[in-house]
Amino acid sequence: MSGAILELKNIESSYGPVQALRGVSLAVAEGKIATVLGGNGAGKSTILKTISGIIDPNKGQITYAGKEIAGWEADRIVRAGISHVPEGREVFPLLSVEDNLRMGAYTRSDRDGVARDMEAVYGYFPILKERAKQDAGLLSGGQQQMLAIARALLSAPRLMLLDEPSLGLSPLLTKEIFEIIVRINRERGTTILLVEQNAQMALKTADFGYVLEVGRIVMEDTCANLMQKEDIKEFYLGMKEQSARGHRRWKKKKTWR
Amino acid sequence: MAQFLQLALSGIAIGCVYALVALGFVLIYKATETVNFAQGDVMMLGGFFAYTATALMGWPYWAGIVFALAVMAIFGMAAERIVLRPVLGQAQFTVVMVTIGVGYVMRGVVTMTPGWGTDTYKIATPFAEKVVNIGGAAISLEQLMIIVMTAALCAVLFAFFRFTRIGIAMQATSQNQLAAYYMGIPVARVNTLIWGISAAVATFAGILLAPITFVHANMGFIGLKAFPAAVVGGFGSIPGAIVGGLIIGLVESFSGFYLPEGFKDIAAYIVVLLVLMFKPSGLFGEKLRKKV
Repeated sequence: MSGAILELKNIESSYGPVQALRGVSLAVAEGKIATVLGGNGAGKSTILKTISGIIDPNKGQITYAGKEIAGWEADRIVRAGISHVPEGREVFPLLSVEDNLRMGAYTRSDRDGVARDMEAVYGYFPILKERAKQDAGLLSGGQQQMLAIARALLSAPRLMLLDEPSLGLSPLLTKEIFEIIVRINRERGTTILLVEQNAQMALKTADFGYVLEVGRIVMEDTCANLMQKEDIKEFYLGMKEQSARGHRRWKKKKTWR
Repeated sequence: MAQFLQLALSGIAIGCVYALVALGFVLIYKATETVNFAQGDVMMLGGFFAYTATALMGWPYWAGIVFALAVMAIFGMAAERIVLRPVLGQAQFTVVMVTIGVGYVMRGVVTMTPGWGTDTYKIATPFAEKVVNIGGAAISLEQLMIIVMTAALCAVLFAFFRFTRIGIAMQATSQNQLAAYYMGIPVARVNTLIWGISAAVATFAGILLAPITFVHANMGFIGLKAFPAAVVGGFGSIPGAIVGGLIIGLVESFSGFYLPEGFKDIAAYIVVLLVLMFKPSGLFGEKLRKKV
């Protein structure tokens, strides 16, 4: 894809003997939001961990901004401009909110820039400013998610990887978080790769989508098109068609492989 | 009363040494979830370097301290890099055996080194044999200086962990190593640095202890007293290590005087048993769990 800031080609990753990704290729266009949908254990998080250098792929290429980054150390990848908001927030529970944010900026040495970004994220998440001196472990789940996103923003990323930002949040809070994700994308021009189980929310937010099943990409299209597909409607959006007699049509159920 | 004060102060002084060795245990435990059983021997080796600098090379006391701290910090970092990193991720038991082995090797090498050997040595301090009068009790300046210098070191460490970027990063790494990777904190380098700091803290303890027990190849066995101190405080808590050390020191000092002979040596373990019976996670044990 031209204009892609990130491109994965035939990535294979495994946890010990268990292969999690079986040749994944995808591309994320600069300035856009891309999403990867898929059920539990499909390998969504593994894609993100492979990109951010937490696990190294066994095979394949990862090209970011024209450079081949597969096998780089995690801190080098952060310095290159990729930041990762992990699944389950992973805040530093005994550090204050402010220190958590400061750790997000660990790789940066431009004090003025960090101070400016600190104000900017307090603008997105005013609650964090109120709680700046509190231990992050005392925040609610939603606030911890906000902190995780804010912390990732402080490394001044060009590309942000978001792993299940809606996990464990109320529908209202999920909506709020997604609105801010869109604002970050529009206002700061940050490219976003979003991994979600909440397909409804993800498809509404993103521009381009991939569907992942057991380590393989089985479908890719613009989100507008994906939302129209019968399979997506049935399996990911939960809109089941009823037959004329009111029975489920078991025969039509199919798999992608 | 004067008697009591004297016992209390000497208890606090020896407690400070236990506290610093315990602090070394805790720092490494928090960073790498490993118990370094060579901690006492690191202290011993640090004592020998301080002795070498002051007595053999004729350096002034303070310069000797700085020299020993620097050498031992490098030693600690090298030990982590060369001996421990290759076994990290193996079973706990493996790592523990490696640290015990390193301790034995250090003791062996020290006794074989010409000029060190199995003899007992003295580090000359500028405050030897001076006595201060506090509330009618005659307190040796050496003991008082142990307390003052421990307090100073704790203040420096506190400021380092609380206010410097690398210090906060060390806290962050110990709280959530995975997240530290995500932030771009070089976790491996941070852990190496922790081993260096821990070795320097143990060395400081060795230098403080030298006027009381002198420097010898087996002085590292004091680690067996510092270990209960760390447990009493709640293994993994830095303030806990300090308080635990002071408690063990005080109990030892008082039981040595008021209780029948023999109690002094087991007092520390009785305290551990009692604390663990009533508060299994230790006095300052961390209870915080991750929120989902």
